[in-house]
Amino acid sequence: MTAALLSALLSHWWRNPVQLFTLLAGLSLGTALWTGVQAINAEARASYDDAARTLDEGQLAQLATASGAPISEQTYVALRRAGWLVSPVIEGRLGSVRIIGIDPLTLPRDTGAARMMTGADLSGFLIPPGQILAQAETLNRLPDTDAARIATPGAAPGVAITDIGVAQLLLNRVGQIDRLMVTPEQPLGQRPLADVAPDLLLTAAQGSTDVARLTDSFHLNLTAFGLLSFVVGLFIVHGAIGLAFEQRRPMLRSLRALGAPLNRLIALMVLELAGLALIAGGVGIALGYAMAAALLPDVAATLRGLYGAEVAGQLVLRPVWVISGLAMALGGTAAAAAGSLWSLARMPLLASALPQAWGAARTGRAQVTFALVLLGLAGALTQWGQGLLAGFVLLGALLIGGALLLPPILRAVLHWAEARARGPLAQWFWADTRQQLPGLSLALMALLLAMAANVGVSTMVSSFRLTFVAFLDQRLASELYVTTANPAEADRVLNSLEGTVDAVLPLLSMRQSVAGQPVELYGARDHATYRDNWHLLQAVPDAWDALARGEGVLINEQLFRRAGLGLGAPVPLAQGGALPVLGIYGDYGNPIGQIVLTEAEFRARYPEVTALRFGLRLDPGRVPDLRAKLQADAGLPASGIVDQAAIKALSLDVFERTFLVTSALNMLTLAVAGFAILMGLLTLAAMRLPQMAPVWALGVTRRHLALLDLGRALLLAALTGVLALPLGLALAWALLAIVNVEAFGWRLPMSLFWMDYLRLGVFALLAAAVAAAWPAWRLSRMKPARLLGVFRHER
Amino acid sequence: MLLHLQDVTKIYPSAELPVLRGVTLDVAAGEMLALTGESGSGKSTLLHLIGGLDSASSGTVAVNGVDLTPLDDAGRAAVRRGTVGVIFQQFNLIPSLTVAGNIAFQARLAGCHDAGFAHDLALRLGLVDHLTRYPEQLSGGQQQRVAIARTLAARPKLVLADEPTGNLDEATADAVFALMCELVRDSGAALVLVTHSGRLAARLDRRLHLSGGLLS
Amino acid sequence: MSVRIWLLLMLLAAPLTGLAQGFAGLGSRAEGFALPSPDRVLQFPADHGAHPAFRIEWWYLTANMTGPDGTPYGLQWTLFRSALAPEDGQGWGAPQLWMGHAAVTTPTAHHVTERLARGGIGQAGVTAAPFAAWIDDWSLTGPDFDHLRLTASGPDFAYDVNLQARGPLVLHGQNGYSVKSAQGQASHYYSQPAFALSGTLRLAEGEVKVTGSAWLDREWSSQPLAQDQTGWDWFSLSFDSGDKLMGFVLRGADDYTSATWIGADGTVTSFKDGAFEARPLTWHNVAGRSVPVGWQVRLPIRGVDVTLRAVNPDAWMATSVPYWEGPVTLTGSHDGVGYLEMTGYGE
Repeated sequence: MTAALLSALLSHWWRNPVQLFTLLAGLSLGTALWTGVQAINAEARASYDDAARTLDEGQLAQLATASGAPISEQTYVALRRAGWLVSPVIEGRLGSVRIIGIDPLTLPRDTGAARMMTGADLSGFLIPPGQILAQAETLNRLPDTDAARIATPGAAPGVAITDIGVAQLLLNRVGQIDRLMVTPEQPLGQRPLADVAPDLLLTAAQGSTDVARLTDSFHLNLTAFGLLSFVVGLFIVHGAIGLAFEQRRPMLRSLRALGAPLNRLIALMVLELAGLALIAGGVGIALGYAMAAALLPDVAATLRGLYGAEVAGQLVLRPVWVISGLAMALGGTAAAAAGSLWSLARMPLLASALPQAWGAARTGRAQVTFALVLLGLAGALTQWGQGLLAGFVLLGALLIGGALLLPPILRAVLHWAEARARGPLAQWFWADTRQQLPGLSLALMALLLAMAANVGVSTMVSSFRLTFVAFLDQRLASELYVTTANPAEADRVLNSLEGTVDAVLPLLSMRQSVAGQPVELYGARDHATYRDNWHLLQAVPDAWDALARGEGVLINEQLFRRAGLGLGAPVPLAQGGALPVLGIYGDYGNPIGQIVLTEAEFRARYPEVTALRFGLRLDPGRVPDLRAKLQADAGLPASGIVDQAAIKALSLDVFERTFLVTSALNMLTLAVAGFAILMGLLTLAAMRLPQMAPVWALGVTRRHLALLDLGRALLLAALTGVLALPLGLALAWALLAIVNVEAFGWRLPMSLFWMDYLRLGVFALLAAAVAAAWPAWRLSRMKPARLLGVFRHER
Repeated sequence: MLLHLQDVTKIYPSAELPVLRGVTLDVAAGEMLALTGESGSGKSTLLHLIGGLDSASSGTVAVNGVDLTPLDDAGRAAVRRGTVGVIFQQFNLIPSLTVAGNIAFQARLAGCHDAGFAHDLALRLGLVDHLTRYPEQLSGGQQQRVAIARTLAARPKLVLADEPTGNLDEATADAVFALMCELVRDSGAALVLVTHSGRLAARLDRRLHLSGGLLS
Repeated sequence: MSVRIWLLLMLLAAPLTGLAQGFAGLGSRAEGFALPSPDRVLQFPADHGAHPAFRIEWWYLTANMTGPDGTPYGLQWTLFRSALAPEDGQGWGAPQLWMGHAAVTTPTAHHVTERLARGGIGQAGVTAAPFAAWIDDWSLTGPDFDHLRLTASGPDFAYDVNLQARGPLVLHGQNGYSVKSAQGQASHYYSQPAFALSGTLRLAEGEVKVTGSAWLDREWSSQPLAQDQTGWDWFSLSFDSGDKLMGFVLRGADDYTSATWIGADGTVTSFKDGAFEARPLTWHNVAGRSVPVGWQVRLPIRGVDVTLRAVNPDAWMATSVPYWEGPVTLTGSHDGVGYLEMTGYGE
């Protein structure tokens, strides 16, 4: 019996291949977008993990100077001889490669670097010119050195390890150590740190790494995008499954009348859908993999440039996202089919076998009520929601509520137009459009969601970009940045700069803890550079003057939000008590708090910190000359001089790449929605013959009817687009003002990009036109006999 | 008795009057019975109760010695599969299966598919040239002949037919009806035919008239 | 003690998490190292210091001790030097590497720890006068070689003891030129077998005052031994009579034994292969291996026939290359204490 039933159920798909294709394609595309995004995320995360694990950053406690100045080898040896099991690390860049110098003899076991050393030739590694261990791809990016290059597959991308002695030579920093890793198990009888190395600060092991927290923002955006895309796909699936169920109602009735038990039928249909979902999920995963493989190089470049995070340019098939893709396909199918299965379970055997007007039941009063409840929930969450989860619930409620409200709004608009239409054909056009609405509403909802997601994401990305550019201008106001290795070199540089630049701004900084938060303190010289470029989100009157007089400090938004330090709140500082907050500035992408005080206050409180980095103000045209002069006169290495224009250009280039990724995803979701419309129209085409035939019989040509159909698709797409705009903007607002704040502690100011929206509208119309073109063309070429058949074949 | 109805009533919650008011009926194996009555007289309802498609409000419906009234959906479905065959006014073919597939279908459900027997039926019903076609490619008379073949292929003991020729023109209807009667008689099954046509009813063994919810 | 040359080479050649294979290249870079010479006359205090022109060298100290309640304890402190090239130098690139092993054995526990360091930056090293040998916070220091202070620390133990020499240095072989094989391999080798020890052990249960005796070996060479043996058993025994016996068995196709007798009067006698006998009596499972922790040791020529029993059978050295080393007690023809070292007992 099971075989007979299954063959009857499956025969439906053979006889309706377009429906089968719609179902599989919708599910595959949704899964593909989701999986692709997950794959990119998983790959990037795995890469950071590899990089972080190289030194078990975060997993091990660290020792470093408060000022960030290098640690001397004498201090290192003194610590070891005092019973401190610490291992030295020096880090720097050679070209685009992150060079990490380690001491393999003291390296804590179970670090990634120790694993990389397994099988290495130790004496070759230790004795100059030494060896550099990295992935082959990373080695190719290294400039020429004497050190032997050893391809090490286990290395993190973009990271090379070498002996600390070799690294010091390569980085031109002989005798310097950046930080000390502290082995977890320390011996008895260790002397106190304060006695041995009072200038070093012990940072306890942390759970996550800075880079992971920074890049979380990027991944959250991608994940949100993937989810939105999947929801768009689900609407298509829901439509296809709903249609298939409605069309099979007569068959199901027959089967039951012939003696098929209902529960067996339901079980078989669940089985059938699960099988289809697995097939579609598998195809989707393959497509997603292809998409991720195509996009990953751009994402890798984005992350490298934006956050300095290294991501391998190659994709590995990871079980995590394969499983998540299949789970999404199955779960999505279940969600899409639940309603249909439920109504099948409750369908009386003798109910009318005629298919119900598809979707008509879904546009009732209950739907409007439900949509309004969802939107109300979203509104309430913006006011009273707490936490990231509430943010995501808000997004979901907003999107689904908006989508459910679309058909009633469209129906009202069409009704209004119909009442004002003159001429019989126009009246028929509006009435017929309204009648088609139930059949197309799922496809239109998919289009609405795709467009809203587009508007939301592009607003978010563009706002992020604007903010980021402004932030670059604020933070990179000086034309040239100079980093010196030690105070002597700093003096040499300052002397050679005498009278050649407009201003020298020393960059004094150190770390400490304020209100339980790790915080960076900066000493800023009172100079127009800061006043002109720094944008304060909140400030007391004449904040800059008050700051210059040493009456308070400026803090970044992160510290303001996390420690709850508003204007006027006292900020506790190391020596000499607290200073009040004079202003709060935006500090985008920075994971930790910052405090800015005047140079004088800083030097008075932290006399042990000397400035080793300087910002130089000068005529941008003279930058190359000064660069050359600094290298010649003060003997600064090229790596110690960074030119602001170069950094900005690099950063912006990175942003353009981000755009490439998001716009590619945007196009894909739009294509998926266009596909939904096509499928909706194709299914409707057959059902609509009885409605078209009388109009044709009354003297309207097929060509005319086809044009009207095309116009109808464009009209519906345009109306949907108009409604998608506010929904998309609400989505963007929720992402920027709610989710971002909950996730990262800072709010992105939202900007509007009308040209982008207009372009999107044009694309959406184009998608609708392309989708409607084929059914319209088929209609214009339809044999009159088929239209006539309507009159003979009436059921 | 193949079929035994005792004091069967049927009341729909939405209707004021009972559709059936204590119907008692016995049909012997091989007997061919016509049920006539006006539209809305409850003859289709009675047929549905006999076929286990609906359940009686009170009374007993026993088919082949099995009382249907206490059975659940699965139990009644089993009786439909094994003992009863229903031929509807609407042909109720499975549109996505070929003619051959449709003919074999109920027998496969009942687990008694016999390809030779099915082919014989197709031959006698004049369907052999259409076995690979789909229902939508057939005329109404052909479709109903497929429905008859499907029902008889499963070798039911009781065939229920609800206006089987109601959708066909008179000439076709007569031909199909004659063929159906002949085949049912040959198979030894009992037939309960619901029709409003006295002409067709007159051709069967016995004729009962349903009026006001009561048999006469 | 020549077997310890082998120990070190094996140590350096064996897989050491992440770094050991690096040491494996050592053997092929042997060119240019100084070789031991029978003509060399050891000069003190200069020869207490490091000899960077030689490939390997160590300062190896073991001690038998007792606590106030009579509990026996054992202690080990070893500083190995291994040169990647026959030169000294400053900075990270200097080719002198150092390794320290320290252990404390009680009847119920065995604490062990290891350190690695580079010489060129001052993290480890040895100076002759005043004498100082150190790696990280571990040290063996004193105004001269007869008066030393020894410290070491691990996550679960530490010690700080004073050593007073109770006799002269013992030069092994021919004035400290110790021939190791028929092929002519040799080392420079001397010992101070008679340090009186007093000091403090720091253990989980608290501080323990201890007294006892210690044996310090000094040896340096550049040549590995023949490698056909699978391991060795090494014994240093101090009899209550004041006599001392060092002996070892190299296990292989044919066992090879050697021994040195140091009389209470300071006379030193070496014995060739076959004079010394050692036979396992009881076996014990430790770290997944079966190791003999009870022995019958005989030197018939001196009337020695003693039974050895480990103070703690679990004295396993879980260092980069693992081995067994711990204190033993003796009964039989002589009573006394000693140290036992066993290598090459596979899993």
